[in-house]
Amino acid sequence: MDKPTNQNIRIGFYVCHCGSNIAAMVDCPAVAKYVETLPHVVLSRDYKYMCSDPGQELIQKDIAEHKLTRVVVASCSPLLHEHTFRGAVEAGGLNPFFFHMVNIREHDSWVHTDKAEATTKAKELAHAAIMRVAMHKALEVKRVPVHPDALVIGGGIAGIHAAMTLANAGKKVFLVEREPSIGGHMAKFDKTFPTLDCAACILTPKMSEAGSHPNITLLSYSEVTKLDGYVGNYTVTVKRKPRYIIEDKCTGCQECVANCVYKEAKFPDEFNEGLGKRKPVYIPFPQATPQVVVIDPKTCLNFRNGELTGKCKKSCVTACGEKQAIDFNQKETFLELKVGTVIVTTGFKAFDAKRMPQYGYGKFPNVFTALEIERLVNSSGPTGGHVVLRDGKTEPKSIGIIHCVGSRDKKTNRWCSRVCCMYSLKLAHLLKEHTGAEIYNFYIDMRTPGKGYEEFYDKLLEEGVHFIRGRVGEVTDWAMSKEEMEKGKLVIRVEDTLAGYVRRIPFDMVVLATGLEPQEDAQSIRRMLNMSCGTEGFFLERHPKLAPVSTFTEGIFLAGCCQGPRDIPDSVAQAGAAAEALVLIDKGYIEQEPNTAYILDDECCGCKSCIPLCPYTAITFDAAKKKAVINEALCKGCGTCVAGCPSGSIVQNLFDDEEIFSEIEGVLAHE
Amino acid sequence: MTTKYSYFPGCSLKGIGRAYEESLLPVFRALDVELEELEDWNCCGATAYMAVDEVKACVLASRNLAMAEKLGHKELLAPCSACYLVLNKTKHYLEDSPSVRGVIQKALAEVDMTYSGNTPVRHPLDVMINNVGLDAIKKRVVRPLTGLKVAPYYGCQIVRPYATFDDQHDPQTMDRLMEAIGCTVVHYPLKTRCCGASLTGTLPEPGLLCSKILLEEALKRGADVIATVCPLCQFNLDGYHHNIKKRWGDFRIPTVYFTQLMGLAFGLGERELGLHRGFIPMKPLPALAPAAVGT
Amino acid sequence: MKLTRTIKYEADRVKGFGDEVRSVPGCEQLQSCIQCGTCSGVCPLSIYMDYSPRHVMALVRSDFKNEVLKSHTIWLCASCYHCTVECPRQIRITDIMYELKQRAIQEGIYPRHFTIPVLAKEFYKMVYRYGRVTENVLAATMFLKTNPMEAVKMWRLGLGLLLRGRFPLVLEKIKRRDELDRMMKVVDKMHIDQLHDDQKKPRHAVAGGHA
Repeated sequence: MDKPTNQNIRIGFYVCHCGSNIAAMVDCPAVAKYVETLPHVVLSRDYKYMCSDPGQELIQKDIAEHKLTRVVVASCSPLLHEHTFRGAVEAGGLNPFFFHMVNIREHDSWVHTDKAEATTKAKELAHAAIMRVAMHKALEVKRVPVHPDALVIGGGIAGIHAAMTLANAGKKVFLVEREPSIGGHMAKFDKTFPTLDCAACILTPKMSEAGSHPNITLLSYSEVTKLDGYVGNYTVTVKRKPRYIIEDKCTGCQECVANCVYKEAKFPDEFNEGLGKRKPVYIPFPQATPQVVVIDPKTCLNFRNGELTGKCKKSCVTACGEKQAIDFNQKETFLELKVGTVIVTTGFKAFDAKRMPQYGYGKFPNVFTALEIERLVNSSGPTGGHVVLRDGKTEPKSIGIIHCVGSRDKKTNRWCSRVCCMYSLKLAHLLKEHTGAEIYNFYIDMRTPGKGYEEFYDKLLEEGVHFIRGRVGEVTDWAMSKEEMEKGKLVIRVEDTLAGYVRRIPFDMVVLATGLEPQEDAQSIRRMLNMSCGTEGFFLERHPKLAPVSTFTEGIFLAGCCQGPRDIPDSVAQAGAAAEALVLIDKGYIEQEPNTAYILDDECCGCKSCIPLCPYTAITFDAAKKKAVINEALCKGCGTCVAGCPSGSIVQNLFDDEEIFSEIEGVLAHE
Repeated sequence: MTTKYSYFPGCSLKGIGRAYEESLLPVFRALDVELEELEDWNCCGATAYMAVDEVKACVLASRNLAMAEKLGHKELLAPCSACYLVLNKTKHYLEDSPSVRGVIQKALAEVDMTYSGNTPVRHPLDVMINNVGLDAIKKRVVRPLTGLKVAPYYGCQIVRPYATFDDQHDPQTMDRLMEAIGCTVVHYPLKTRCCGASLTGTLPEPGLLCSKILLEEALKRGADVIATVCPLCQFNLDGYHHNIKKRWGDFRIPTVYFTQLMGLAFGLGERELGLHRGFIPMKPLPALAPAAVGT
Repeated sequence: MKLTRTIKYEADRVKGFGDEVRSVPGCEQLQSCIQCGTCSGVCPLSIYMDYSPRHVMALVRSDFKNEVLKSHTIWLCASCYHCTVECPRQIRITDIMYELKQRAIQEGIYPRHFTIPVLAKEFYKMVYRYGRVTENVLAATMFLKTNPMEAVKMWRLGLGLLLRGRFPLVLEKIKRRDELDRMMKVVDKMHIDQLHDDQKKPRHAVAGGHA
């Protein structure tokens, strides 16, 4: 291929030391010196921090003084500073796409241990960039308008907070919740750590405010099933599950519940972790939002296998009277919404304690999960706050709390669930307060890194709660013959690693501090919203530090435990994801990276082979012209269609043949 | 139709564990399963050997595996828990550790043997449940052991760490098998707890305590008999009553092989099944009275 | 009362011991131990141990070789693998115990009154000679070598076994013992080659550099 000979191409090259991040492994002055000898390079510098203000001003000054027409910076990842340098180039009066960035930090200095070889690699990469930038063309950034409405998926504390923030800023929000009421896990808690605030007292006002906010459309008992479109212009399909109640007509009087043909509540109550009972028609809990009952077709006599039987005398309908809110013929319906941004707050699932059979959950009745205890200590719980064993009457005199159940364990979940130490302390305090029992915490490491958390641990130590550093081996019901105290009890066998003994300790009640894991359907949500997941299955943020609530899909944000285990304050703080959404909405448009692909109409033969290749469904077929058409707004510049087109009639901006071949030539040029 | 397995008895089944082999062979025969004993098999390389040289232990095991593969039956049956573990452990090392694999292959090549890793090592319990099947076993029962309360004791090495045929915490295969021959299975929470292994002989205090705990709990749960799958477990639970009694008191309960109970249910004779070799004999059962035959 | 100093100086460590153990197949995960004590919690024999299994892991990792090899713990391990399957870091603790037993036998620093290492060695020898093990003969040999009085006390058990036909009077042996012999020689030779290789490693070069 001919070398570019255009005299108008005048390239400025800058190699950044990044403090010692690059300079420690790459000889920056040598790289600058080498690049100086390459064609079209009129100036080549090394500099300590190119991203600093003086660094950027240097580029601008050089453009003016040396009449530069192209700029190359060799520094960190384009993900971090491509935007910064394009801005500097533009401020200097050039088209921002007459710039190219070389990553010699993540791709070079950080991953190599031999300075000479790392320096050679930096030179080769720089050479490639010099060759390619000469081919760059001026491109234009396109603007796409952003729909001002937003969608929040999941009505836990994170979702409620995000929805409220947007709504208070005057934005219209759709809040979708799959359960009959919003509130999530927090609604089940009695107190919150470390302040011991009543969870309901701080949550329920927010719930009812969200439920009645003029800017929030609450879609409870509903699920998002489809998302089409692109940032700023999403089309969402929401499935509304039949609750057999017309929401607008129900006043929440619960006359239907009182008059149900089942006089006694006899079905396990989901909200109370099965510890309480409910009827087929019920309201999940007193402060449920919306205040609308729901009929469960699995237990209602009027249904059998999901089909109406008409066999019940329907005293609920009679009780409802003129309101006529009950509709047994309700069917699943689908709603289509237009939104510009989406906030995902789908939360977590509590670890299933049965997966650790050595702790006996499900086998020994008096082994409880932490969530069950939350309901037991709750004054509006199934026992009115009276802590009793599974028999419903005996108060426990000794309670063992096992930490890290389904956390920090390669056989179940490897991660630390972050909240269990603190909630175990809280439950220890509440259990002691309610029963006066002797309480033992069995922990691996006590993790209390939060405001007031260590002080709370201190308080518990002073209260006389016992702490044993050791992961419990097993919970068993066999007693050693000589040990009278073990008879009829649950015995925990554990190494007290600090005292230096293996111990057997009998308990009346054992509580398992179960960890947090991704929701069961996290993978299908991920696919639907085109997000990524970490290996553990939580949704992946764009950058753990600098973009913790953004995803790799623009316009879709994360908050709360769907991104990883966290406590309430952190979930609420993260629900500031709403702020990121607000920025987008208020800006009113988004700028689109022009690295999109386009069809050379004259050459496209209309074979359609590119259409199924596109992962973003950006390609359609113009039947009249018999040509493929690429929607620029949907195109993410992945290049799949470019490579797949049999006639070579798709070209991608910033990645056309000339640019890529020059780059390859450059990288191979160095001996 | 008769199914054939290669059979690795291991040293114990020719010595203190004779009754295991004596009951195992006729029971499998009754179920149309033929066991062909490996010709000139050697020690598997179990526990005590492994403490001296683990790689050599694997080499010992590999000779048996190679011979089994050559014999041509699809699978190798190893009734002794220690053998079952070492043979499987060797298979795992062959798959996972290039260095151990290298040594084994060289050693086998020296005597013109090869092992490709294709012969699975199975335990009789596994074969009974997953190949023979409970239905076939039930059909073969002529004297259901109704009323006999059994504590199913699996011991350690068949469920940990390599077995895949049963749950590690609460194995069920023997429970189901015992029910199939009419026994009542008692809840036995110690079913996978260690019997003390060779410590009973070398360090009696801790070793015998392990056995004593198992015997005591079985009695407490109301069992008439402990059913076991391993010659060492059987020996520890059956042979040391005298010594245990001297230390902690009398915990007299017979311990027999699960195959002996199956044999009884299949109508085989007590002597034929090696039941006379136990130190603590089983009580005569009403269900075994001649009147009950043929029900 | 005799007071003892329990402080450990750097010279008390055998540097590189932990790494050596970790380089053995099956022992690689040792480094990821979080000292949670699950191993000790499930171990049926931990109640008799001088160091709990967890403690042994810490000692190995910190190169306290002498303390570990002298401990009762490694000989009390009955290989029930409970620790191995329960370890939240999937450390194969039983295999590490085997490795430590082997090293203790090689270096001859196990507790003198323990019969287990003797049993292991006699077991090994018997397999070497006959290819199989005859348990009663093995037990008798072990007692004669360690504690003949104990053997006398075992008469009741021995007689019981004899009466029940569980006490073979003929030694079990295999036909082609030479095969085993040749196989083991190959292993021995590879071990020696390995030792030679190890001596070429830079670790020793550094040690030499100090001289």
